[in-house]
Amino acid sequence: MLDLSKYQSIGAALKDALEQFAGEVCLIEADREREKERLTYRDFKDRAHPLAKALQDVGFTAGDRASIIMTNQSKWLISAYAIFYAGGVLVPLDYKLTPDEQWQLLKHSGAKVLITEYPIWRQLNAATGRSDATNVCTVLVTEVPANADLAGADRWEDYRASGEPVFVPRARKDVACIVYSSGTGGRPKGCMMTHENYLEQCVALTSLYPFAPGVRYLSILPTNHAIDFMVGFFGPFICGAAVVHLRTLRPEYVREAFAKYKITYVSLVPLVLKNLQKGLQARFETLSPGKRRALNALVALNKAFTKNRPRLGLSRRLLNQVHEPFGGELRTIIVGGAFTEPRTLQFFYDLGIPVANGYGLTEAGTAITVNDLRPFRADTVGKPLPGMEVRILNPSADGIGEVAVRSKTIMSGYLNEPELTAETIVDGWLMTGDLGRFDPEGHLRLFGRKKNMIVTEEGKNVYPEDIEAVFESLSVKEFCVFAANYIWPERTMVGEQLLLALHLEPGQTYSEELRREISARNSKLLNYKRIHGVVLFGEDFPRTASLKIKRNVLAEQLAKLDRATAFLPL
Amino acid sequence: MRTLEQTTREVLDLASKHFNVPAGSLAPEDDFFKKLGIDSLQTLEMLSRLENHFGIELPDYEVQGVSDFRTLASRIQSRL
Repeated sequence: MLDLSKYQSIGAALKDALEQFAGEVCLIEADREREKERLTYRDFKDRAHPLAKALQDVGFTAGDRASIIMTNQSKWLISAYAIFYAGGVLVPLDYKLTPDEQWQLLKHSGAKVLITEYPIWRQLNAATGRSDATNVCTVLVTEVPANADLAGADRWEDYRASGEPVFVPRARKDVACIVYSSGTGGRPKGCMMTHENYLEQCVALTSLYPFAPGVRYLSILPTNHAIDFMVGFFGPFICGAAVVHLRTLRPEYVREAFAKYKITYVSLVPLVLKNLQKGLQARFETLSPGKRRALNALVALNKAFTKNRPRLGLSRRLLNQVHEPFGGELRTIIVGGAFTEPRTLQFFYDLGIPVANGYGLTEAGTAITVNDLRPFRADTVGKPLPGMEVRILNPSADGIGEVAVRSKTIMSGYLNEPELTAETIVDGWLMTGDLGRFDPEGHLRLFGRKKNMIVTEEGKNVYPEDIEAVFESLSVKEFCVFAANYIWPERTMVGEQLLLALHLEPGQTYSEELRREISARNSKLLNYKRIHGVVLFGEDFPRTASLKIKRNVLAEQLAKLDRATAFLPL
Repeated sequence: MRTLEQTTREVLDLASKHFNVPAGSLAPEDDFFKKLGIDSLQTLEMLSRLENHFGIELPDYEVQGVSDFRTLASRIQSRL
């Protein structure tokens, strides 16, 4: 088991790893069929140190915050290391958010420095939100075309200073990153993750999925996401493994990369995993009846041999035609960000490609439980990782209750939100808001959510209150957005939908014109944030003394309606 | 050199072929997620088809936040 007990910070652990594995390849970056870059740990250090020095020269120091908004690439990791080396706090933001959402989070985080790439900067610069985020003093932009307008930013490639930077030590309890789990437009939820959170999570995860020189991780999930940050940066770097970045995520290039770079691990969201499944099934459909029968027989044989544990060598020999396109060295597909359907997990396991499904949330420092594959179970999210205490609160007669977690990986709190933090972390226990039950083997099974939110198959958390702004001044008396499962619990983690509860004006009817208006506004939202239907409610919404809607009370009242007839699809 | 109108028409034709919907059933202002019932991954697949057709490289970020055919066509047009 990896021992990181001597380290106080991410920066200190990475600093040693860069020395220890200096000659090993740490990063490969490809764009379509072209390999753009291949860096050793020595090269990586040589790129990061001048950046760290330049940041220090402008006064960037311990505890200062720097944000990265970039697609997955070498410069993301180089910048992150420079920030940690200089004692900074990293604020990784989702490059898929709108520019105004990004500015809102930049302002909320208090970032002094922003590191981004040119196409994103072009959009950020054009957005009105820039004027509010006056805290951002230094902007570094990568890959700016010659003669392009930098709009007050500096070129990342030129932002280098000579001389060695000073390594700034940090303590285990200091904040290392502020990670936004969700919440733009409404109440940004910036999880303050400490150095200890990452060091402990790294030890726990690598005990199940070890990294070492020669291991190659394909980084597809955005690196701002807690999973990719851990298994696509910190984990592999600490152990001398290599990370492969692709500048385009078109399915055909992703498929090619598996074989070309002999990938060992990859993390995917359920949507992409299902897409891979569809692709394989379509390929099987084209086989002649004889070949199909032979394949089915081999799959049956593989299932029998791998009943108790994966046997990768054997599976690869038996089902070579399936494994070869994956490069023949794929050990595990890590799936995260959202719940995965058991039949998809089973499909891959039967082919000898283990899928490590688990359960986690940003607030818990990524993973809480992971399936250890001994034996493989498609129907659960696995057992708690080493160092995780998990309990079920107030279980009902069938044993189902809210999942609570305590461990050294739990965040220190939400940035600038003491009340929300106190509601979420009670006596050291993180209230996940998810409903679950342990089975006799100690595996956790999930049965839906207690909180008003959804998680999409792409791993996006959506809080209904964050999307209400788009329906503002809708010509109805009042409205409120809910997760359908919050009102009518279905005990499922898939196919979650959002709905718009409407209270019409006296005498008003739900006309085609109103439906069209709602539909038009809905289409302004990113596709994963859109509502699926409307529910009409004939009474005034319950409100607090300050006239805020009492969402939980309204949800209880809506729950009395029959979902089948009350839910009007858009 | 194609006009934006031509490019838009070709985008609509290709999308209708790729997703097997009747030619002429798609309009420039249509939201392709909704109209075609596709997800972000399928959008990327469509993008590859469009790249091959127009002989350009369109970085993934160009479709970030784009959901209608007209905007998509204008992004392509700027690279022709």
